[in-house]
Amino acid sequence: MNIAALFSDRRYRWFAWGAVALLLLALPFITEAVLGRSWVRIIAVSLLFVMLALGLNIVVGFAGLLDLGYIAFFAVGAYSYALLASPQFAVHWPFLLLLPLGAAIAAVFGILLGAPTLRLRGDYLAIVTLGFGEIIRVFLNNLNRPVNITNGPQGITLIDPLQMGGFSLAQTHSFAGLTFSPVHNYYFVFLVCAALTVALSLRLQNSRIGRAWVAIRDDELAASAMGINTRNVKLLAFAMGATFGGVAGGLFASFQGFISPESFQLIDSIMVLCMVVLGGMGNVAGVALGAVLLTALPEALRYIGPLQQRWFGGVLVDPADLRMLLFGLALVLMMLLRPEGLWPARRRQAVKRNTDAG
Amino acid sequence: MPADILLAASGIRKHFGGLAALSDVSISVRRGEIFGLIGPNGAGKTTLFNVLTGLAAPDAGSLVFDGRRIEGLKPHAVAAHGIARTFQNIRLFGSMTALENVMVGRHLRSHTGVLGAVLRTRAAVAEELAITRRARELLDYCGLAERADDFARDLPYGDQRRLEIARALATDPKLLALDEPAAGMNATETAALKALLERIRQDGITLLLIEHDMKLVMGLSHSVAVLDYGEKIAEGEPETVQRDPRVIEAYLGGGFA
Repeated sequence: MNIAALFSDRRYRWFAWGAVALLLLALPFITEAVLGRSWVRIIAVSLLFVMLALGLNIVVGFAGLLDLGYIAFFAVGAYSYALLASPQFAVHWPFLLLLPLGAAIAAVFGILLGAPTLRLRGDYLAIVTLGFGEIIRVFLNNLNRPVNITNGPQGITLIDPLQMGGFSLAQTHSFAGLTFSPVHNYYFVFLVCAALTVALSLRLQNSRIGRAWVAIRDDELAASAMGINTRNVKLLAFAMGATFGGVAGGLFASFQGFISPESFQLIDSIMVLCMVVLGGMGNVAGVALGAVLLTALPEALRYIGPLQQRWFGGVLVDPADLRMLLFGLALVLMMLLRPEGLWPARRRQAVKRNTDAG
Repeated sequence: MPADILLAASGIRKHFGGLAALSDVSISVRRGEIFGLIGPNGAGKTTLFNVLTGLAAPDAGSLVFDGRRIEGLKPHAVAAHGIARTFQNIRLFGSMTALENVMVGRHLRSHTGVLGAVLRTRAAVAEELAITRRARELLDYCGLAERADDFARDLPYGDQRRLEIARALATDPKLLALDEPAAGMNATETAALKALLERIRQDGITLLLIEHDMKLVMGLSHSVAVLDYGEKIAEGEPETVQRDPRVIEAYLGGGFA
């Protein structure tokens, strides 16, 4: 009986995973047919944010280190790729080299941020990381004089797409009767990368390293007394989180073909943090869900302009203002109704339950 | 130093501003014994524990543990040398289960890094299995087998104290330092604790015990040191210490004289 139950469970699991995979493979085509190509781009970008949010989740969700400058690592990855695969320096390195390189450079920056902040926690750490994020952005903005490195506020254009041999993701391909536009191509690359990120996060979480992260989050002093080298484990969290951000940045640069410091502002750091908190800090699936929802929601709210036109015969409130207002309202409501996130970590739920009871 | 001395603290001094929390305290703990550290509140017992375990650096003095100097080392390095501790105000990892708390204790004695965890190498899987098995054994040893999957924060008080002991044991210590393990326990729980501590000692682990429960500490300890206002006022066998007039005056009060 027991074996039979296990067997059916396993079969069910295969079926469920197969269905999810099929859905994800078909998603860009369904989306294009129903909502148009702009939405294919949005879901592709949302996968980049899944990678970013999962990277930040290692720092904030697992290790409990509040980081308000996380977008800096995204910027470092993006600029590493852009500078070495664009006419800026007239070098065009292959992406297979540049993505790991960007990840490594971002990891170094993660350690650069982590090392001086080891003694800080909570609010104080948040302020320093916020400053760090701004420093990176200001540097990128001003490194065009006296030697032009980043091209300043104009940003870097004509960044190479992901390409290998004669095959470029920036071209439209046809395969098995389906049309793969560049956005479709990138969607599938991002899907693979996001799936890898999810797998890495889950494996790290259920490992000796993941337990050490949660231990220093719960009680740093006790963790050190139990033999955890808190310095190394924290630096590792910063470096791992930055690595995810660096890869996502490289992919972003190749996808957009253009980057400028404007893409890496404080609001973007906060947005990624919102994805982590709102999805369910520390829970990999929840954070991924948060990333997708928070990428899609502001885009969906763009329809407010045309809706006003249709209902009231004119635009009464500036759609851009109303969009952010409604977005903020949605965030507040979700935090009020589900303070531990949409899909909370098992551990957080327990803590919540306990503090409610006590 | 004689070979049977596991821990020798000599001339330990620790000041907090103008307050002398410890002045010239020396103790020596023999291998395999239960050493009781007593004294009134504020006598400096916990400060001495913090100095021993690297949570506070001494202003002066030396600590020799198992033949090696350990004063001023970081807590994790002290733990690696083989000193594990519990805390007076329980400090478990609240969002983790009892089992996971003990598994964290195995961190020191395992090696899987990021690559091993991510690639799930054969060595990593085997080590994870060994960690889990050892953690379950220790929970069982401390009478917490039924509680393995409960969150540490949800456990009753006595269980939390025992879980701290299980977690400390997971680091494979030579010396287990317990800061008021019986605090807040009822008579039955204290009796069970006493049996557990006896068993730990029989299994070859030296115990250093801060405790206010006189019956427990005098019944268990082979040697006792008494601290008062940061100074050691007596050290010796429990019977001798109990009769020491300075101890009676400082600690036990006039009623015992």
